[in-house]
Amino acid sequence: MKDFPYSESKDTRSGFGAGLLELGRTNPNVVALCADLVGSLKMGDFIKEFPERFFQVGIAEANMIGLAAGMTIGGKIPFTGTFANFSTGRVYDQIRQSVAYSGKNVKICASHAGLTLGEDGATHQILEDIGMMKMLPHMTVINPCDFNQTKAATIAIAEYEGPVYLRFGRPVVPNFTPADQKFEIGKAVMLNEGKDVTIIATGHLVWKAILAGKLLAEQGIDAEIINIHTIKPLDTEAILASVAKTRCVVTAEEHQFNGGLGESVARLLAQNLPLPLELVGVNDSFGESGTPEELMEKYGLNEQSIVAAVQRVMARK
Amino acid sequence: MNPFNYEAEQLLNVAHQVRRDIVRMVHAVNSGHPGGSLGCTEFLVSLYFRQMTHKPEFDMNGIGEDLFFLSNGHISPVWYSTLARAGYFDPKELATFRKLNSRLQGHPATEEHLPGIRIASGSLGQGPSVAIGAAQVKKLNGDDKLVYVLTGDGELEEGQVWEAAMYAAHHKVDNFIWTVDYNGQQIDGPVDAVMSLGNLRAKFEAFGWKVLHCENGNDFAQLLPVLDEAKALTGQGQPICILMNTQMGFGVDFMMGSHKWHGVAPNDAQLEQALVQLKETLNDY
Repeated sequence: MKDFPYSESKDTRSGFGAGLLELGRTNPNVVALCADLVGSLKMGDFIKEFPERFFQVGIAEANMIGLAAGMTIGGKIPFTGTFANFSTGRVYDQIRQSVAYSGKNVKICASHAGLTLGEDGATHQILEDIGMMKMLPHMTVINPCDFNQTKAATIAIAEYEGPVYLRFGRPVVPNFTPADQKFEIGKAVMLNEGKDVTIIATGHLVWKAILAGKLLAEQGIDAEIINIHTIKPLDTEAILASVAKTRCVVTAEEHQFNGGLGESVARLLAQNLPLPLELVGVNDSFGESGTPEELMEKYGLNEQSIVAAVQRVMARK
Repeated sequence: MNPFNYEAEQLLNVAHQVRRDIVRMVHAVNSGHPGGSLGCTEFLVSLYFRQMTHKPEFDMNGIGEDLFFLSNGHISPVWYSTLARAGYFDPKELATFRKLNSRLQGHPATEEHLPGIRIASGSLGQGPSVAIGAAQVKKLNGDDKLVYVLTGDGELEEGQVWEAAMYAAHHKVDNFIWTVDYNGQQIDGPVDAVMSLGNLRAKFEAFGWKVLHCENGNDFAQLLPVLDEAKALTGQGQPICILMNTQMGFGVDFMMGSHKWHGVAPNDAQLEQALVQLKETLNDY
């Protein structure tokens, strides 16, 4: 099992803020909108340096999505910022009609996704957003794993023409991906090559997968670990190649089973390579208040859950 | 500069043909929305044949052009006909309205790349937000042209329009003219019976808008001065709203003034009866 050294832990939302600031300096067409959460979204540095390219919309997310769609007309690249819940479920029809169906170059940037939002509880802990967004034709869905990758993803989506949902979060997590690693939309990142099982993880669960890989190595299990930062379009080639080798797979995500990464992988395997699959995620339930660590343990989203899933899936080989 | 710059008499000529197009289009597929389309004919014709600087060659970004957004997308027949008659595409294509593989979808869409359409609409209440976004970018780009949006009046029951109204006033989006088709009808009946809008003028004014009223949007003599006044009031720190009274179904006597023709197509006999009242001025498609 490879080692993944890191010098500090940081939040992915700060990666977004850093990426947005860099885009401000390098791409004059980038504009930003926010629905009264500039601090939470770490948009302050961009706003300070480019006040004329920032639009405060107040607590009016539906209007924000429409404004962003309109701002593409005239050549701008709008980045909207609010919590993941208010970026998706609250504005689904606005995204569907004005952004996705209209093919607009809007980047919907969503923080505080999943259980790791913590104490605010289930009203804010959206676990259905990946599903909602991946169902929309034309929509690209990205869930990076750490600060560096979120920053790189933020910069990469400005280069891509089309609607994107970029999902990140609140807690600090080990910042282990190389700062100079190029972000390629739709391209899986092979973290550790192994032969016994494939672990496919996205977002905050990528680090948990690495921790699980270490625990598995102690048991003599050689896990292949893949970081799927882009859930749509899915890197089907990388996944099928890995599973063809290991003959079983575990997916891990901070999301419902319904509509999540695991479901996308299940469909891919069922149609092409029907081999045992186990899913780590939330099983048709809302979250609740608690610390991120407590919640991840209670809802089965930590390294122990991944290890248990690997043991189950390997027994089915 | 408008590519036609028509006077009222020429506009009336175009309006007659657009009305013929509307009833023939909805009759041909036995579906679509003739009522609001007929009611907004003078408005659309005025924009495209007189008021707006625009290029029928169509460029999505529309830099240096006035832009029009139709939020109440169900009145697509009047928009499609006006665009075709203004040269955006061949009027023959109007015959494909609502048919399989057409660029003229039931509600306006960009997916099929019909020239003139910049955003999909149909799910109500979204147009003002989109149009205000485009207007903000015009300012950012140093483009001094204007952005127009049309909504229905029943559509104002959607909450998003008031988010947009608040935003435009707060951000002083003064290159923006929002016209409300104030015909007092919606699918289930008169607006006052379904969900009263109350004092609409006072509502917009309270939100910080400059409000104009057109007492008869089906009369060019009354509509054109209001559109000119609205244009003259832009650039003064306030967004502009026009409350435009129209009659749903205007121009076809048996369709006029009732919500019953909101989304119903005429049968063969009714089409005959309608066409007798509408002069063919620019050749039927």
